[in-house]
Amino acid sequence: MAEIKGCRYLYEDDSSGPGNGPKAPKHMLGYEPKPVVVVDDLHVKFKVYASGKRLGTMGNRSVLESKRRGLRTVHALKGISFTAYENESIGIIGSNGSGKSTLMRAITGLLTPSSGAVYAKSRPNLLGVGGTLMGQLSGERNIILGCLALGMTRKEAEAAVESIVDFSELGDFIDLPMRTYSSGMSARLKFSIATVQNHEILIVDEALAVGDKNFRKRSEARIREIRDQAGTIFLVSHSMQSIRDTCDRVLWINKGVLEMDGPTEEVVSAYEESKK
Amino acid sequence: MTRAEYALSNGLHRVGARPKLFDYLKRTWSRRDFIYMFGYYKLRSSLENNKLGMLWLVLRPIMDAFIYAAIFGVLMGRDRIGEHYVSYVIIGIFMWQLFSKSLTDGAKSITGNRALVQSLAFPRMTLPLATVIRHFLETLPSLVLMIVCMPLLGMIGEHKQLFLPRWEWLLMIPLLFIYMLFNTGIALIAARLTVHLRDLTQLLPYITRLLMYASGVIFQVDTIFRASTKYSWVASVFDYYPLYQFLSLTRSFLRGYPMNPEYWVSISIWAVAVFVVGLLFFWVAEERYGRD
Repeated sequence: MAEIKGCRYLYEDDSSGPGNGPKAPKHMLGYEPKPVVVVDDLHVKFKVYASGKRLGTMGNRSVLESKRRGLRTVHALKGISFTAYENESIGIIGSNGSGKSTLMRAITGLLTPSSGAVYAKSRPNLLGVGGTLMGQLSGERNIILGCLALGMTRKEAEAAVESIVDFSELGDFIDLPMRTYSSGMSARLKFSIATVQNHEILIVDEALAVGDKNFRKRSEARIREIRDQAGTIFLVSHSMQSIRDTCDRVLWINKGVLEMDGPTEEVVSAYEESKK
Repeated sequence: MTRAEYALSNGLHRVGARPKLFDYLKRTWSRRDFIYMFGYYKLRSSLENNKLGMLWLVLRPIMDAFIYAAIFGVLMGRDRIGEHYVSYVIIGIFMWQLFSKSLTDGAKSITGNRALVQSLAFPRMTLPLATVIRHFLETLPSLVLMIVCMPLLGMIGEHKQLFLPRWEWLLMIPLLFIYMLFNTGIALIAARLTVHLRDLTQLLPYITRLLMYASGVIFQVDTIFRASTKYSWVASVFDYYPLYQFLSLTRSFLRGYPMNPEYWVSISIWAVAVFVVGLLFFWVAEERYGRD
């Protein structure tokens, strides 16, 4: 086990010294693994206006002065490096505010890194819970629209409708406008749309937490299926059960630093140990 | 080998890097089904809550026309501008809507679809294009209605004239094509500008209103300037102002008045220029959309 910059890498030396690229995790040795995402010393800083009233000598200040806002820099990710390979499903764990979602948004290219870079085979799709497609439209029309946005042709989209409706278990609700759906129902529909085709890289951010137990089981199975079709999955979750059931590798992010990177069982145990 | 070299040697790309222009346009073209359906569904969803639904697409322009005909044809009842006024206003308003909606809604096409932009990777250009399609579909029924009712329109008001169908009406097709090219360019430019500066959405109502008065939608702005001794130089601007020319041409060939052929040249050049500039201007910032 190598210790690099405070991060416990449970795999072979992942420091990518001269002459050799990052090595693959142990469970993938035996054949040449193909890298799909390479994150290279990623730093993300946010500049935020801290606009809170300051207490204390307020009485003496003019109104204008009291409203002056201070610029504060939040260093959300402090130098994260890892390589994700084909056929891997990687769990991302860490407490609230540790930088998990920031990392995922940087991987999808929605955040500009302050330094470092993210390389990927194709642009990753992010499946989050928030935001619906179009609330006024029925579930079925949303399915068509979602499939077209994913790059399907109209024929393919129409052919996919049935399997999506089946998977989402929405039944007759599919004809109702999406604004009438519960948050669980719309999350189920979104998950079903997003996973109808096999992605090269799919990021699932907490979406599994919303469904009931039965749906969770099936969606986890679907994730494993995508992974087996040469896809790479990132799963952000607070449910260690989901992580254990779906992931074979886990990244533990703590305060913007990669605390640990290794096989699921070891990292999850260490994480749970630290929470006690 | 550094990580970056390792990544590049394995055929990975930097995430979010904008594709080459030709590649980008090809990808946009491959989403043409999405562009059309998105525009169509946006239109439907804006009417879905109404009992009469899509019927409003025809009802609304009829009511618009009635109001303008009542105010300008019956109440005012004067030939203020030396030509038939009711048809003047109705052609003006109906054509103008196509531009003003493309501008105001095009500006919101990226910022208003934030959830979609942030979750799926697709060429962002599809969104402003879908907005333009939506408003084209929305305006088309009223334009058809306007042309069909043209003979009738001529009979309202003091200055009765019969605008009979004529071959020149077919010029509406190339004109609309050029007009939509222009509007698409405008929507693309507005969409990117709003991403950089959200405040623009607050300013847009004023900008469109200003442009509306300047384009002679409800009164003949150029004759006012031509008649004035002090500001007569302003009138020469109208020989190069595309929005005025679009309206002016439509009014001429629909009602059988003489056309200014130079206007056709002018609007074509404008439309191609604005479209190309819009395309490039929008593409350059492709990496920026969805980040905020």
